Amino acid sequence: MVDAAEKTSGAGKYTDDLSVPGMLVGKILHSPYPHARIKRIDISRAEQLEGVITVVVGKDAPNPYGILPVGHDEHALALDKVRYVGDNVACVVAISEAIAEKALELIDVDYEVLPAYFDPEESMKASTDLIHDNKPNNLEKDYHHIFGDPDRGFAEADHVAEARFIANEVTHAAMEPHSTLAAFEIDPHTGKPGRLTVWSSTQVPYYLQHKLSLVLEMPMAQIRVIKPLVGGGFGGKSEVIPIEIIAAVAARKAQAPVKITYTREEVFWAHRGRPRTIIDLKTGVKNDGRITAVKARVVQDGGAYCSYGVVTILYSGALLGALYDIPNIQYDGYRVLTNKPACGAMRGHGTVNVRFAFESQLDELAAKVGMDPAEIRRRNLLQPPCITVNGLRVQSYGLPECIEKTVERSRWDERKGKLPRGRGLGIACSHYVSGAANSIIRSDMPHSTVNIKIDRDGGVVVYTGASEIGQGSDTMTAQIAAEVLGCSLSRVRVIAADTDLTPIDIGSYSSRVTFMAGNATLRAANEVKKLIAAAAAKKMNCQPDDLVFRDDVVGKREGRVGTAAIGRPAEQSSAATVSGRVEGQILRGSLQQKRKDDGPKDQMTFEEAVVAAIDFHGALTGTGSYAPPPEARGGKHKGAGVGPSPAYSYSAQVAEVSVDEETGEVTVHKVWAAHDCGRALNPVSVEGQIIGSVWMGMGQALTEEMVWKDGMLMNPGLLEYRSPSSVESPEVEPIIVESIDPEGPFGAKECSEGSLAATIPAIANAIYDAVGIRLHESPFTPERVLAALRSKKNAKALNLTEGVDPTSPKGFREHGGSLWFKGKGPERHPLDPSRHEPAGGAD
Amino acid sequence: MRKELIELRINGRADEVAIESSALLLDVLRQDLQLTGSKRGCDDSSCGACTVLVDGVAMMSCTLLAASCEGQEITTIEGVSEHGSLAAIQKAYGEWGGAQCGYCTPGFIMTVKSLLAENPDPSESDIRDALSSNLCRCTGYNQMYEAIRSAIAAERCAVTNSEHGK
Repeated sequence: MVDAAEKTSGAGKYTDDLSVPGMLVGKILHSPYPHARIKRIDISRAEQLEGVITVVVGKDAPNPYGILPVGHDEHALALDKVRYVGDNVACVVAISEAIAEKALELIDVDYEVLPAYFDPEESMKASTDLIHDNKPNNLEKDYHHIFGDPDRGFAEADHVAEARFIANEVTHAAMEPHSTLAAFEIDPHTGKPGRLTVWSSTQVPYYLQHKLSLVLEMPMAQIRVIKPLVGGGFGGKSEVIPIEIIAAVAARKAQAPVKITYTREEVFWAHRGRPRTIIDLKTGVKNDGRITAVKARVVQDGGAYCSYGVVTILYSGALLGALYDIPNIQYDGYRVLTNKPACGAMRGHGTVNVRFAFESQLDELAAKVGMDPAEIRRRNLLQPPCITVNGLRVQSYGLPECIEKTVERSRWDERKGKLPRGRGLGIACSHYVSGAANSIIRSDMPHSTVNIKIDRDGGVVVYTGASEIGQGSDTMTAQIAAEVLGCSLSRVRVIAADTDLTPIDIGSYSSRVTFMAGNATLRAANEVKKLIAAAAAKKMNCQPDDLVFRDDVVGKREGRVGTAAIGRPAEQSSAATVSGRVEGQILRGSLQQKRKDDGPKDQMTFEEAVVAAIDFHGALTGTGSYAPPPEARGGKHKGAGVGPSPAYSYSAQVAEVSVDEETGEVTVHKVWAAHDCGRALNPVSVEGQIIGSVWMGMGQALTEEMVWKDGMLMNPGLLEYRSPSSVESPEVEPIIVESIDPEGPFGAKECSEGSLAATIPAIANAIYDAVGIRLHESPFTPERVLAALRSKKNAKALNLTEGVDPTSPKGFREHGGSLWFKGKGPERHPLDPSRHEPAGGAD
Repeated sequence: MRKELIELRINGRADEVAIESSALLLDVLRQDLQLTGSKRGCDDSSCGACTVLVDGVAMMSCTLLAASCEGQEITTIEGVSEHGSLAAIQKAYGEWGGAQCGYCTPGFIMTVKSLLAENPDPSESDIRDALSSNLCRCTGYNQMYEAIRSAIAAERCAVTNSEHGK
């Protein structure tokens, strides 16, 4: 990894590591109520505290914003209403964190508490006290899609399974809490505060620049967004988070640089994670295992703001396609507003929960048909190149090989169903987009642009807007440039994600970077290479096409005895020219070049070729951009824009688990995960992404869950949220499958998200294999496992969700405790629909 | 609160700092001494990103009073690099994918340092147990084990080479 040293040495700077002279600290006052009108805010006492510079409130920046053009429903700070416990009310700017915290207690806010909605199905019935006035029934968006003829499909089926699945809410919990530092500089022409620079932990610097410009009413060109190192995102930093705007508004009002860093508890409130999802799924298969139809009704508990919600609910339906050949699909998706922190995009955006339901149900159907679960998946493969019934174009398709490899490595055929009681194997598949074919802001602009500059020193500088967030973006960029130019990696320097320096790239999300920024890098590098080749060919008296760029040498193709012949002298000559070069020689290079080049030669060093090219062309720069081809952009129906991708990754996994029937504890021993990433540009990195995805899927499957009580998050800490540690984490055997995509850079596709979705159903199916229970609600905690085991023993149908109010949990769902929650739940409106208990009854 | 002058020994150097008696070691390192390699990932000793060595023992500096460390030898990630170069464990973490986003990495490296100082030849389960004090959300830990094994091998190789006078 090109950035490994700064990370392992501690020298690399993340946003919270930065400071600028005169920097102040911002602290945010959060709402204690899930739904309330703000009648009055009095900041005068806080402002008088020594050390407080200013207090920012909603009316200091009243323009609405939101990541989606259709979802501009957020404000930097609440204007008239708060919509979840933790909503942003005011921001104190002070000279120290301690003083700012003290000042928060001096802000007086009068709230009028409103009835709140926590359960999406309840929330959809609301007619009064709506969360957003312009969203009747608290429905953010619903979609109803029919592809093919589902009714006929179900009529043709020999077996039909129907069930409700629930996946509870999870969050990214990236190790780095969100942080933003904003500073204005004085405009040299007017002498007044002018340009704004924002350093922020973001996956999407260009979207941030755009939203800042909307809220602050400044031209985008006056705003510079710099992304320092980012300590993980997983989608949690893929949209504009309130502090990113608040810090800038605060810096404007305080007339000084302001940094705000969230505490861990605030990170949980900022959230934007995977929504609690209720999936009513029906699948029909024939006796030969072929799927005839799928019908899904999906309800997502979206939280209080739109965020990426419209996209999430569309992905949930669209990605029913493109994994298997399904001729008939009916999809009804509801994205519902509730009084909880907004959900957004999280690794495997939109697909994960539905995939859990689908792959679990497919396993049940395999049992009904009497077919091996691996076989039923083989029976439903697509025949690419093809366009699915819902308009998704599939080209490279490594799924068959993924299934074969996992089955082989896990010794599935000899071990499945034959392990001792309590131990089992389960299989599941998944897929994901390599970037969305349509960007969220509809336009014809390229999704990625990359500039390359090479100077006389032979150094290659790549300018890319792509955002390294730990997934290896910078390394991928450097590798592609070095590969195309045939130069060593150490020559390449990547300047990334700084809106003043780097061309537009829409960001690190939906696994788009390798495919899109990679292709843009490839094109930019090829453009520069063409310039070098033209000049070098002239010197060598040959055609540019005859030249090979390799190992820091540009040589004639026919002069090549073997690959080694070019490699060898390269090492010597580059050593001589790089380290042994005397000062001033670089500038005299062209003169010396002429003397040396009296006769045509068979090869030049990379530096000689570069110098020749600059002498010939005057400058050596190249640009490349990438926009997905029109034929990959999907169908014409409403909502067709989400789901299409230029290429899909594929994954198949086998999980081996054991279940303790006494305690209900599930242990994952090993996961074999085969992932079709097109081509592995950096195998260590690809394996790391596969393992990380599987691991995060395992967390959602077994332990991770956001537990709510009356809109209050009960477990806003990393231990209470139960992020698995090394002792709870299984061995993951990553298996790279390379299908060589026709449009990917060197055939590469995505590798960072697609594997996550298969892990949850693979574990669920393995639990069934181990002890014969089907778990329809994640995570598979000991309580849920024991309940299912008990109900199986008593041969009674058990529906954990029926009659249980998931938003006001009692008994086993209740655990953990908030640092902030001091023994008493938030005050509730007497007519609050979720207030089932008489006052004082629940606590 | 009035500040008091204390002397902290960090990475082999003595630093005088004026701090409030309630100041946490992590804040003093990051804010007063600009040693930002130690990270804050939580506020309650959950994640281990702030791990430093205090007299050789891995401690979480986010819940440690700076004043209580007077007279003790503190080592932070900045003190792990040797002569301006990466130590074997740092190099191995980079090469084997032990660091993805890198935010938890300094804490993990301090934990591994303290493990290896106590137990130069740890078993797989020794490593797992030791690492369980720290959390990572990127790697799933697997590649860290490879990094640690490779670092142990590299150290051993270096020792053997120096014994042979190379």
